[in-house]
Amino acid sequence: MRRIFIQCAAAGLALTAITGVTAQTKGGGQTVRIAFMDPLSGPFAAVGQNIQRHFQLAAEIVNKKELAGPGVKFEIVPFDNKGSPQESLTLLRSLIDQKIQYVTQGNGSHVAIPLADAIAKHNERNPGQAIVFLNYAAVDPDLTNSKCSFWHFRFDANTDMKMEAITEYMKGRPEIKSVYLLNQNYSHGQQVTRVAKELLGRKRPDIKIVGEDLHPLGQVRDFSPYIAKVRASGADTVITGNWGTDLTLLIRAARDAGLNVNFYTYYAGVIGTPTAMGAAGAELVRQVSYWHPNIEKYPAEDLYTEFKKKHNEEWYTLASYTSMTMLAEAIKRAKSAEPLRVAYTMEGLKMPSIMGEIEMRATDHQLQQPLFVSVWTKAGGEVKHDSEKTGYGFKTVRAIPTYVASQPTSCTMQRPPKP
Amino acid sequence: MSEVLRYRPINLGRWVVWGFTALVFLCLPLLLENLFARSLMAQMGIMIIFALSYNMLLGQSGMLSFGHAVYSGLGAYFAIHALTWIARGQFAYPVSLLPLVGGFAGMLFGVVFGYLTTKKAGTPFAMISLGIGEMVFAASLMFPGFFGGEAGISGNRTAGGAFLGIPSLSFGPDIQIYYLIAAWTFASMIAMFALTQTPLGRIANAVRDNPERAEFIGYNTQRVRWLMLILSSFFAGVAGGLSAIYFEIVSAENVSAIRSGGVLLAAFMGGVTFFFGPILGAVVFTIFAVALSEYTKAWQLYLGVFFVLLVMFAPGGLSSLILMNLRVLKFRKFKRLRDPYFGLILSAVALALGCVMLIEMIYHLTLDFALGPQIKLFGFPFNTERPESWVFAVSVLAGGALAFEYARQHFRAVWGEIQVEIEDWIRDNPEDT
Amino acid sequence: MTFDFFLVQLLNGISYGLLLFMLASGLTLIFSMMGVLNFAHASFYMIGAYFAYQISRWVGFWPALILAPLAVGVLGAVVERFGLRRVHKWGHVPELLFTFGLSYIIVELVQVIWGRAAVPYSVPAELDGPIAWLQRLGLTFPKYRAFMMAVAVLMLVSTWLLLTRTRIGLVIQASLTHPQQVEALGHNVPRVLMGVFGAGCALAGLAGVIGGNAFVTEPGMAGAVGAIVFVVIVFGGMGSLSGAFIASLLLGLVDAFGKTSDASIGGLLRWFGTTVDPQTFGYAVWKLTLAQVAPVLPFLLLVLILIFRPKGLMGTRED
Repeated sequence: MRRIFIQCAAAGLALTAITGVTAQTKGGGQTVRIAFMDPLSGPFAAVGQNIQRHFQLAAEIVNKKELAGPGVKFEIVPFDNKGSPQESLTLLRSLIDQKIQYVTQGNGSHVAIPLADAIAKHNERNPGQAIVFLNYAAVDPDLTNSKCSFWHFRFDANTDMKMEAITEYMKGRPEIKSVYLLNQNYSHGQQVTRVAKELLGRKRPDIKIVGEDLHPLGQVRDFSPYIAKVRASGADTVITGNWGTDLTLLIRAARDAGLNVNFYTYYAGVIGTPTAMGAAGAELVRQVSYWHPNIEKYPAEDLYTEFKKKHNEEWYTLASYTSMTMLAEAIKRAKSAEPLRVAYTMEGLKMPSIMGEIEMRATDHQLQQPLFVSVWTKAGGEVKHDSEKTGYGFKTVRAIPTYVASQPTSCTMQRPPKP
Repeated sequence: MSEVLRYRPINLGRWVVWGFTALVFLCLPLLLENLFARSLMAQMGIMIIFALSYNMLLGQSGMLSFGHAVYSGLGAYFAIHALTWIARGQFAYPVSLLPLVGGFAGMLFGVVFGYLTTKKAGTPFAMISLGIGEMVFAASLMFPGFFGGEAGISGNRTAGGAFLGIPSLSFGPDIQIYYLIAAWTFASMIAMFALTQTPLGRIANAVRDNPERAEFIGYNTQRVRWLMLILSSFFAGVAGGLSAIYFEIVSAENVSAIRSGGVLLAAFMGGVTFFFGPILGAVVFTIFAVALSEYTKAWQLYLGVFFVLLVMFAPGGLSSLILMNLRVLKFRKFKRLRDPYFGLILSAVALALGCVMLIEMIYHLTLDFALGPQIKLFGFPFNTERPESWVFAVSVLAGGALAFEYARQHFRAVWGEIQVEIEDWIRDNPEDT
Repeated sequence: MTFDFFLVQLLNGISYGLLLFMLASGLTLIFSMMGVLNFAHASFYMIGAYFAYQISRWVGFWPALILAPLAVGVLGAVVERFGLRRVHKWGHVPELLFTFGLSYIIVELVQVIWGRAAVPYSVPAELDGPIAWLQRLGLTFPKYRAFMMAVAVLMLVSTWLLLTRTRIGLVIQASLTHPQQVEALGHNVPRVLMGVFGAGCALAGLAGVIGGNAFVTEPGMAGAVGAIVFVVIVFGGMGSLSGAFIASLLLGLVDAFGKTSDASIGGLLRWFGTTVDPQTFGYAVWKLTLAQVAPVLPFLLLVLILIFRPKGLMGTRED
């Protein structure tokens, strides 16, 4: 008797467990699920987790204001790809299984390029099960040039656009005489080195490139040997595309060694770097970005303060908001969340945004937007917002309008038949 | 003149077991239709070959290697380069035989590295394999032409023309890849099993157990180890080639220490002393690493804890646990264990559930809290902010722990009795065993 | 290469080498005493850094310098008593695998408690910045690095003194070679071993306290340094403290000078008059600079020493 009871109890428990695991939630209305695929563990975990929260805020706003149309809700589904291309492809399969049709990723062109390729292959082999790739931060120019794809949309300014902005600013600074190029050894870092040489050669041929280095991505803990090299080369400026810990450690090492050179960076605003810079970076570190908290007239200030209050972290990735609002707008205009229709609607889409009018250029799916070169300086006055409670913030030193930053493209896009 | 009668009995057990395995391989994807399950099965197949090749070193020859991913990874690189050549039309070769390319590449490196490393087994071998593994991983970023840098090398498995010319078998859909992997896995399993029955396999066992004595009877232990390494690296290369076809991307991860550690975990969890141990271990490891990671962020913790518990309480792995029970079954004493097992398993499940609930809630609190306090455990909503959830979890844990301790003592008593009886029977009936 | 560049790199290399030595010495001790290659050693280094971060948030850096290694040592002793000892009877391979699995668990637990991102464990203000009097001589070398070197040397000297001049040290040394006799003389050898394991882990923890704020304190730090430590002890000879010292200094210097050197085989050939250009066969190898090859060098050294001299530089045992 007791044994039968135990057997029944065990069976019941097992049954509940199985049904519980396979149970699905169903919500009312239409939910568009967007997979957020980035490193949520490993050396770049802080960046990935912070930007996941960015996307969640953007999705909340889209839902609250019904920007995608009545009853259409966005849901962000996080996936931890640990910064690895292979893991991302495995997760892609899981994504396809869960019938998620939109994926956004940005931390690492070394992931974005294989991912875009895999998505294109999948979409080709399985028409009707298409997936759209919203790239919010992988800036390798190839993705909108030689490796462009109809299903890939880039919302960040690419490496060439940002270097155009930096070199425009450097054109007007005669005190810069020698430059050291220090970058991460993968497609992005290599592109930064390449395009810096090209554009500097064109705009300021008098500047000497006194040294260059490519170091492994996310692996160097001790940058002091590199700093020693920079010092020995006599450079007065360092151009680096480093991000995350690679930038924070570099700046920290420079500070420790008392090296007072100008840093021109792409990612000084990313989480962790303001803290590493602190007072020591004042007037020395500059960045190029499509947004910072102290742009004239403080656009997106409400988003910035709301996010900072809620999560005690900086809000700096405007692309999260831009991509979600543009996706919402495309869905609204297409009156459908079906990827093929939305993709055709989104290419060439022009809409007003926080930064003025933006356009998703149809030829290469690269978003056209203005850029800003800013310097890290003491808070106060027009520098209303300081970053990460350091008492220092960013101040615009040069605003680059959209048409200046814009770059030509070699993309010849293969398009699927229009629906 | 009388005829010599030769009587060779059919090894029915062997046919049944292998036939059953083949049947399982054939029917598995038909039972579970979704893409993710098929992906899981494909990865299990690859892992099985990899773990079996690893066990050729560890279980059969006594060589603990920390760098086995080198052979499979380099095999994968060669295979994906061959795949890109096939796509460009420079290499007329069927995609289905691409694992052979991987295998021979792995074998080549097995010959080269093996010559340097197999003089000694034990700790020097383990250390040198670690060194070579890290060396190759570090080198993978130095030669972007071959290794593809951070992004790795991508390929397209449909590029080579269809299988046997049948246009629908282009290897695009996952199910076709699954069957390709299943075929290779089955063939490799047979090959590696056959190897254990050969004189080389047996002498490798001898070298594992007592290298000095093996030398005395005339075998060059270094040569034996080297040969086993070469063959093992061949199969590792096959696994690598299959992974290149399946994932269509090969990057530095394929030669990383994480892969080497993973196959060590898989082989050891399954048990290194039995042939089917690594097969079981590969399946379990893939479930942890691929399936479980879908459901919970804490999967690495579960894997680590599971592995450590096995090392501490069952160093023979899961296969040893199964075989211990099979032995009791053989002696027809299993019935007495039914009730104790029930109690043990039920209380263990309760204990595990309690632990899992607590761990998941703690993980959610410390890592995901921005998503809100609500989480779903086995389909039931748990609110990490409310004390009821915690009290429930702790009480399940405590109840399970108490019950488990009680059940364990009872089980151990019955098990001990049975073992004593079995040993007594063996002692009294030596000719029947 | 100017003289002060050379000097700064030399000091950089030595300070990194001494940090490696702090780590390696604990591992060597454990290995000599127990024959166990502690794969979780780098994880204890990580725990030391995290404990120091936490303790320094409560009471400041200087108390953390004492308390954190002690805490790690206690943790190590507990692990030995309740985990390793149980596995001891199965042999050396299961012991090794136990520590291997332990390293996975420790990484996860650290992430649960402190999160997956790096924690802001930073150098205390009084040790921050370059050394003033060196700067006047034209040399910029951070104060903290000098502090690291000082602590490492102090620790080496005190460990050596402990092992060779005190009674407990004699007991430990005797247990290494004749455990049964020492036990017969009435010493509690298992307890000695537990203490040695704890002490080894405490040394790793101390290295973590010192190194965690100079480099990043994050869950990946164990993996980053783990493999190099094994190179150090194998290269120096397993079981030899002085060998580990030489090996760690050597590796530190190789790291510092290697990373910054732009020398390459192609450059060498060019110096001899032969030109090497992209058309030459094997150009990919010739053009590699020492800086790019630097990550591979320690492992190359490991492989070479194991082929030609498996005992290591000053080792006494091979197994």
